Amino acid sequence: MDTPLIEFRDVTKRFGDKTVLDEVNLRIYENQVTTIIGKSGTGKSVLLKHIIGLLEPDEGTILYQGKPFHAMRKSERVEYRSRVAYLFQNNALFDSMTVFENMALPLRKTTNLGTKEIENKVKKRLEDLELSDTLEKYPSELSGGMQKRVALARALVTEPTIVLFDEPTTGQDPIRKNMILSMIVHYRRKFRFTAVMISHDIPDVFFISDRIVILWEGKAGFQGTYEEAMRLKHPIIDEFLRSLEGFQDELTGLLSREAFRVQYGATLGRAAEPPAVSAALFSVEFDLLHDALGPLAALEVLRLLGEYTNRHFQSVGGFSARHSRDQVLTILPHTSPGEAEQLVADFARGLEQEGLARIQSSAHTTIGAQASFEIYIRAGITEVSSTEDIEEIIEKARAHQQIVATYRCDTGGSA
Amino acid sequence: MKTAETSVRNSNRLTLLFARMGGAVLSLLGNFGAVAIFISLAFVNIFRRKQLLDIVNQVYYIGAKSSLIVMLVGLFTGMVLGLQLFYTLVKFGSVGVLGSAVSLSLIRELGPVLTAIMVTARAGSAMTAEIGILRISEQIDALYTMRIDPVRYLVSPRVAASIISFPLLTAFFDLSGIVGGYLTGVALLGTNAGTYFYRVQSSVEVVDLRGGFVKPLVFAVIVSSICCFQGYFCHMRTQGYGAKAVGLATISAVVISCVMILIADYVVTSFLM
Repeated sequence: MDTPLIEFRDVTKRFGDKTVLDEVNLRIYENQVTTIIGKSGTGKSVLLKHIIGLLEPDEGTILYQGKPFHAMRKSERVEYRSRVAYLFQNNALFDSMTVFENMALPLRKTTNLGTKEIENKVKKRLEDLELSDTLEKYPSELSGGMQKRVALARALVTEPTIVLFDEPTTGQDPIRKNMILSMIVHYRRKFRFTAVMISHDIPDVFFISDRIVILWEGKAGFQGTYEEAMRLKHPIIDEFLRSLEGFQDELTGLLSREAFRVQYGATLGRAAEPPAVSAALFSVEFDLLHDALGPLAALEVLRLLGEYTNRHFQSVGGFSARHSRDQVLTILPHTSPGEAEQLVADFARGLEQEGLARIQSSAHTTIGAQASFEIYIRAGITEVSSTEDIEEIIEKARAHQQIVATYRCDTGGSA
Repeated sequence: MKTAETSVRNSNRLTLLFARMGGAVLSLLGNFGAVAIFISLAFVNIFRRKQLLDIVNQVYYIGAKSSLIVMLVGLFTGMVLGLQLFYTLVKFGSVGVLGSAVSLSLIRELGPVLTAIMVTARAGSAMTAEIGILRISEQIDALYTMRIDPVRYLVSPRVAASIISFPLLTAFFDLSGIVGGYLTGVALLGTNAGTYFYRVQSSVEVVDLRGGFVKPLVFAVIVSSICCFQGYFCHMRTQGYGAKAVGLATISAVVISCVMILIADYVVTSFLM
């Protein structure tokens, strides 16, 4: 792999007797979203503050493009700091200044831009984040979500190449959480910055992350991709994911995987002779949707799939959970594969007719009203026996997958 | 055996006493050092680019906005002085020197000290609270992350504005005081108006005026540096955190500033005499 943009080598930080970071080794690569997760008080914010220079390590070295911070000349440090922006957990907006003044301040103080140029730049960035009507408002007059967007706008106004996000979704409702995460991905693509983010929003945050770092007892317990994290049967990851996994998947409203596992065990194990059980695996091409329609529309498709699955199959005793970023597994007790096929066909019809049209408005904000697009939902049905575990069922169902629902938005433009 | 135990206990108590005293002295010296570095940085940064507008804003806030209250206090101080001195001087048959007594007391001593205390109460406490709130809400860290030097942006303009405002406010105080002395001594108690102003003019010399303006400069540096320092480092207080730390910092700023004004007043006066 390339030289990391930022690297921590054996970084230790103590506050009094308490060692917060204990020989942390960490790599952050350019143009990627690196998400740091960990329990509260494990030093995530402390780690982020080391990157921007608000704190310095007691031991160890931090390198930027292979060069240690402490060996940098003053001009190099200034140059480095001009590339980094920080989005604080509590936004840290100047509450005695209007939104315009908040955003203009770094430009006024650190650049030689004229008043008119500063005004244009601020207005442009506010337009980008759909905040034009907040120009003369004070932070206290804005909602929490809007404050977050203003803080993001202020962080981006100096056109940084590295943006550090300290729990950007804390205290937000599930819809706004996803909106903020989508916004980060959207603007990262638009402005091409490297993002380092602290978040507790598991599993949603995994969808937008290229790399995941788990801070555990002051050390980087794991670092790698989402797929690596899921493949690796490491107790730290299992414990961490379980501890954070709630009863419900916030994005889709489906059961969490842990709750699903419990219900699955109960369904098959309760009766002396297990009933006929079928499973259906639904999936969408999240990456393709993400690239083509944007993060908001892609998340909307996932949310829709979850909602419809819940609504349709719960009434016949089925239960579902998301088993990877874009796959939903539904267990249908007392249902033969033939009956399951009929149920899935009804489900697909409803989804096509009512649901997928909802995507149109969010997709058009990304691709424009003149472009056309198609969304496919695949499903695979299989019989379940009491000896099979969930992973085996998923494998079997995946082998039978075919397109069951299609939504085509044809406005005469190019697809 | 008992004597040996008592001796050990006494020596332990003595060690503890010296350790505490030593700790207090070291902490005091450390604080002095920190304030010295802080004020040096703030002073150097006054002369950097893009400071003028912020300094003018602070002059308006610390100086212009304080002028009315300072003049009001000056007027009543002069009126009280006029009353007190009139009845004292009557006993010695020297009512004619009322103008000299009022003006010299005000210009040499009361003007600089009371003005500094008034501005500490009004603007100094506000400086501490404002900077303290910026600190606890991470807005100072936000400045740093935006490559804006917090000392340069927050402290330097306040120090510069204090240095500009204190002598001007003292002049307003002195003038109002002399008018106050006139109101009680002349308008109320019947001293001759011509004598009053003649005595003011003849007794006040350049050396008095110089002393009366050196003191405000010293007080300006003391008040602004103590108030800004207390606010800037309020997050390091061990007695309380958050809003409580800001409250404690504001109390400390006002109390320490007032005490330091009086101590500095004595030191400067002894040098000027």
